[in-house]
Amino acid sequence: MSTEHHTSAEEVAQLANPSAPADAIPAVDPRLLVREQGLSGYLSEFGRKMRAGDLGSVPVVIGLIVICGIFQGLNANFLSPENLTNIAITMVATGMMAVGIIFVLLLGEIDLSVGSVSGVSGALFAVMAVTHGVNQWVAILAAVAAGALIGAIHGFFFARIGAPAFAVTLSGLLFWSGAMLQILGSNGTINIDPDGPVGQLTTYFFTDVAAGYGLAAVAVVGYFLASFFDNRRREAAGIPSRPVSEIALRTGLLALFTFGPAAVFNQYKGLPLAVVLFVLVLVGTDFILRRTSFGRSIFALGGSVEASRRAGINVTGIRITVFAIAGTFAAIGGLFWASKIAAANQSAGAGDLLMNVIAAAVIGGTSLFGGRGRTWNALLGVMVITSIQYGLALQGIATPIQYMITGAVLLATVVIDSVTRKTQKTAGRA
Amino acid sequence: MVHVSAAPVLALRGVSKRFGAVQALTDVELEIHSGEVVALVGDNGAGKSTLVKTIAGVHPIDDGVIEWEGKPVSISKPHDAQNLGIATVYQDLALCDNIDVVGNLFLGRELKRRGVLDEVEMERRARELLTTLSIRIPSVRIPIASLSGGQRQTVAIARSMLGEPKLVILDEPTAALGVEQTAQVLDLVERLRERGHAVILISHNMADVKAVADKVAVLRLGRNNGVFNVKDTSQEEIISAITGATDNAVTRRAARTGEAGK
Repeated sequence: MSTEHHTSAEEVAQLANPSAPADAIPAVDPRLLVREQGLSGYLSEFGRKMRAGDLGSVPVVIGLIVICGIFQGLNANFLSPENLTNIAITMVATGMMAVGIIFVLLLGEIDLSVGSVSGVSGALFAVMAVTHGVNQWVAILAAVAAGALIGAIHGFFFARIGAPAFAVTLSGLLFWSGAMLQILGSNGTINIDPDGPVGQLTTYFFTDVAAGYGLAAVAVVGYFLASFFDNRRREAAGIPSRPVSEIALRTGLLALFTFGPAAVFNQYKGLPLAVVLFVLVLVGTDFILRRTSFGRSIFALGGSVEASRRAGINVTGIRITVFAIAGTFAAIGGLFWASKIAAANQSAGAGDLLMNVIAAAVIGGTSLFGGRGRTWNALLGVMVITSIQYGLALQGIATPIQYMITGAVLLATVVIDSVTRKTQKTAGRA
Repeated sequence: MVHVSAAPVLALRGVSKRFGAVQALTDVELEIHSGEVVALVGDNGAGKSTLVKTIAGVHPIDDGVIEWEGKPVSISKPHDAQNLGIATVYQDLALCDNIDVVGNLFLGRELKRRGVLDEVEMERRARELLTTLSIRIPSVRIPIASLSGGQRQTVAIARSMLGEPKLVILDEPTAALGVEQTAQVLDLVERLRERGHAVILISHNMADVKAVADKVAVLRLGRNNGVFNVKDTSQEEIISAITGATDNAVTRRAARTGEAGK
């Protein structure tokens, strides 16, 4: 075997002059199929991503349009402002839990206990606030803190003891649903104060038309300014930046998806509080995942635990925190659920809730294999799941069939996830 | 091309290490100067990895002295080694496939601006680093999964350079690579030397060793079995030092073909 050591003319120049100018390497490698500037380049990049299995949100959006089309065809009321508002409010409970489970899925783990934990949270709030007359805000804090603690306990057994997360949270599933029944006691159902903070979660509307449009305007302007100044900094640092046309396109799309819903909500009762809170949670968690060291560590753990450990990441700490986050959002989801049915009852957190939460996260595009996903996935996924439920309910289709359809949708999504992963591997992107 | 400085960056004096009933290292001596590439070779089980792990602080030594820039130091945990300026690139790559090149380079030591990840500064520094090392990758913003094995290895090595270490230890950096990719990594090793880093290169591949190393330190059954200047040593001499015998398959074959050629 001969030594493979060839020196190109350029490298000779580099050797002769070690302090060669920093731009010796062009900013863009010729091998990179780099996106041409402007909109046409944007479209060709999009096409290439599709073929490489980087489907992103496209199948979900198409699926959502198809679902809406079918149900609208079956029942003209499906796309009415009233029904859309109801879907938007109902989806928040499941959506909050899905945000929590996305954190766990990013690690490549699973939390099967979120349904039961949400039940515990609702029951705890109701018993404290209604039966014992504790201040409602204190009860809310206690319920959410209980969720965080439960999640941390699961995380401890998984991260510190080394038990599989699947087994730990499966035990939690049964344990905490038992705990919920114990907390509720013989009462069975406890009605909550409809005018209290929890009661208002799903019933309060910002009736002023300006609220919805104002929020949409803040989002659009904020996004544009953030992108603009980020680009300015990138240009100043001499690294590639986005073309202005792309920023404009993205801002335009954002405007469409904020002012559109705002207009729909304003045609019914106004902007629902629940939706505002959900969007705030999505923005906040997305920021944490993509802009902080903590978020980066979560993705790193989903990619390679060993690499993360060698990089000095506190693996145990991150894992416990992530499970605590899942528990916290399960508890928050439980409060929204209690608000929706105006009570804490024995069936809370049971049935297809857990499946819907996992389905929402996965349908939205979060990978079950870890390391890939965003909390915004929860929004898309939960829209699909809730739309199907509402559409089927409008048609008077009974629960057994609903369960079967939800199950089938989840399976289809998992299949898409697995196939995507395979395609991405062959395209060298996973 | 060997710039030998006064005191060696790292010197091992009579280092020994025991694991239970196994004497893994016995009285090992090793010296590395800055701007020097020392290849550490030996058969399987000769103690190469153990030696590297004692330097990297994974296994503290039982006996002997480790000198850093002429002064005795104690390296009892990986952190000690890092603080001295020793960076280790292990054989199995310590990179996350799902994170882009910039993210991997700064993993665990992200740059922040008002508590938030400073992606712009990290990307700028990453490009700067890759440019100084003449590492060519398509983009610093693509996931590691999109890179070839050689590119990944160069990224892993570049990652170790971020802390400006004085000594870089490369554990079989070309073991799983193809011809072109091996050349990339070897080029990078030469560039490290030019920039004045001391490099310990563990390798099984004599061609690699001959190509980039200045000195070859041979370990055999946990003991020194000679330090050779690469320039004036034949491959057979090194191999016989590794195997502990001049009479082996390689030398026999060489002798046979030599005779046949006459």
